[in-house]
Amino acid sequence: MAIFGPLVAPHNPDTQFLNGLNAQGLPVPPSRQFPLGTDTLGRDLLSRIIYGARVSLTVGLAANAIAIGVGTAVGLVAGYVGGLTDTVLMRLTDVMLAFPNLLLAMALLTLIGPGLETVIIVIAFTSWASMARIVRGQVLSIRELEYVEAARAIGASRWRVIVRCILPQLDSVVLVYLTLNIAAAVLFEASLSFLGIGVQPPAADWGAMIAGGESYYQIAPWVFLFPGLALALMVFSFNLFGDGLRDALDPRGGGRTS
Amino acid sequence: MTFAYVVRRVLTMLLVLLGVSILTFTLLFVIPADPARVIAGPHAGPLALAHIRANLGLDQPIYVQYGLWLWRAAHGNLGVSFAYRVAVLPSILVRLPVTAELAAAGLVAELVIGIPVGLVAAVRRGSALDRLLMSLSLLGVTAPAFWLGLFFIYLFGFRLGIFPLGGIGGVWHLILPAATIGLGGGAWYARLLRSTMLEQLDRDYVRTAAAKGASRARTVFAHALPNALAPVVTQIGLDLGSFLSGVLIVEIVFGWPGLGTWAWTAVQNLDYPVIVGTVIVSAVLITLANLVVDLVYPLLDKRVSLGGPR
Repeated sequence: MAIFGPLVAPHNPDTQFLNGLNAQGLPVPPSRQFPLGTDTLGRDLLSRIIYGARVSLTVGLAANAIAIGVGTAVGLVAGYVGGLTDTVLMRLTDVMLAFPNLLLAMALLTLIGPGLETVIIVIAFTSWASMARIVRGQVLSIRELEYVEAARAIGASRWRVIVRCILPQLDSVVLVYLTLNIAAAVLFEASLSFLGIGVQPPAADWGAMIAGGESYYQIAPWVFLFPGLALALMVFSFNLFGDGLRDALDPRGGGRTS
Repeated sequence: MTFAYVVRRVLTMLLVLLGVSILTFTLLFVIPADPARVIAGPHAGPLALAHIRANLGLDQPIYVQYGLWLWRAAHGNLGVSFAYRVAVLPSILVRLPVTAELAAAGLVAELVIGIPVGLVAAVRRGSALDRLLMSLSLLGVTAPAFWLGLFFIYLFGFRLGIFPLGGIGGVWHLILPAATIGLGGGAWYARLLRSTMLEQLDRDYVRTAAAKGASRARTVFAHALPNALAPVVTQIGLDLGSFLSGVLIVEIVFGWPGLGTWAWTAVQNLDYPVIVGTVIVSAVLITLANLVVDLVYPLLDKRVSLGGPR
C-alpha cells in the first residue's frame, strides 16, 4: 500500500478542495467523494493516510537499519573481544539504557530542529543499545562452540572469525528483533510527530494528522480517529510478522516492543 | 554477601548516572541552539544576548559548566530554571508525586488487566476464549497511547460525559489516563504471563500436585502462578524506561501537571537546567527500579542467587 500509494489514493494528498470544508470552514464527514472525510484544511483524509504509510515505513526501516548496524557491531566486538573493551562498551549501553528515551528524543529534536532525517537519527540513537546487548549475549554463547574453536585453531584471524563464523549465526535473532523494533520505531515516530517535533507539515504523517485533529475532536472526530487506526494496523502487522518469525526461528521469548 | 552486592551495584549505578550527565551535557553543547535567544526574544541586540549568556554561565567552556553543575548536584542543587527563575530540584520534587500517582494508577491498571487475562488464557489454552483474549491483547499492544487517550477523552469524556476531559483532581480524573496506560501495558503482560504460565503448567511439579489430589484452583494459584509471575516482575522492572515514556506522553495528552508536562515545557523553552534535571531524575528512577527488581527477583525465584553462583 505504501509503495503503490499514488495508484490507490483517490486524490492528491496535498490538494485543498473547495468543497472539502463546509460553510463554517470545518472538515466534512466521510462521503462518496472523500471516503474518510477531509482534514482541517479540506484535504482528502484517505489519500493522506495512504501517503502517510510511506513516511512511517521510511522512518521505521531507516532508523532500524542504523540501530541494527551499530548495535550488531558493538555487540559483536564486545562479546568476542571481551575484557576491558567489553566492560567499556557495556557500561556505555548501561548509560544509554538508563536514559529516558522520549525525553532525550524531545530534547534532541527541539534543539536540532525537527525533520525526517533528524527523526531517523534520533530514533536510531535511542535504540541501538538494546540491540547491542542482545547480540553480545548471542556472541558469548556462539564463541564457545566447537566450530569457532576449530577456526581459531587453524589460524583464522580474529576479524575473520567474527565476520565469517559468528555474524552469519546471528541473522535469525536480529531478524525477529528487527520486525518487532520497526513496530516500536513507527509508534515512536508517530508520538514525536504528534508532539509537533517529528516529520513536519505539509508532509502527510499519521502522528501529525492525529495532532491536527486533536483540537477538532468534538466536531470532527474522524480526523484523529482514522490515522490512529492506520497506525495501529501497521504496528499490528509488524508485531504479527515478528511473532510468526519468532515461532518459526526461535522458540524462546523476546522483549517488550512498545 | 548480599550487602557487598548492593554496595557494588550502587557504585555501578553512580557511574552510570555520571555517564548520563556527561552525555547530556555533551549533547546540549554540541547542538547549536541558543537559550539566551529564546529568553531575550527575537529583537534583542548582541549586547543584551551576551549579558544574558554571562548571567546564566553559558559563556563558560563546557567543562567549567559541567564541573560547576556536578559540584552543585553533589550538594543536592540542580541549578535554577532559565525560564521561570525557580530552583530545579524542588520544582521536580513537587511534581514527582503527581507523576507517581498517575504511574502507580497506571501500573495497577496494567496488573488488573494483565494478570487475570493472562491467567484465564493460559488455563483455557486453545479455547475460543483464549484466542479472543489474545487477539484483543495484540490490539491493545498496538494502539498508540496518545491516540488511545484522545479516543477515551472523545468517547467517555465528550460523547458519554462520564469522565472529565483532562486535568487533575480526585480519583475521577485519574481513571481515563490510568486506563490509557493500563490497556497497552496490561495487554503486553497478559501475553507474557500466558506464555510463562503455559510453561509452568507443563512442569512435573504441577502434575505431582494434581496427582496428590490438590484441586485445580490450588495447583494453578498456589503452585504455578507464583513461579510464572517471576519473569513478569523482572520484565516490569526492565520496562520502566519505556513505561516512563508512556506516562510522559499520556500526561501531555491529558494535561496532567506532572514531570512529563514540566519537561515538555522545558524542552520547548530550551530550559537547559530543567532538561538536565528531569533527565537525571528519570535516570535515577530507572536505574533504581532495575536494582530493586534484581534484589526482589531471588525472593520470587529461589533458584537465582545474587551476584552469580556462590
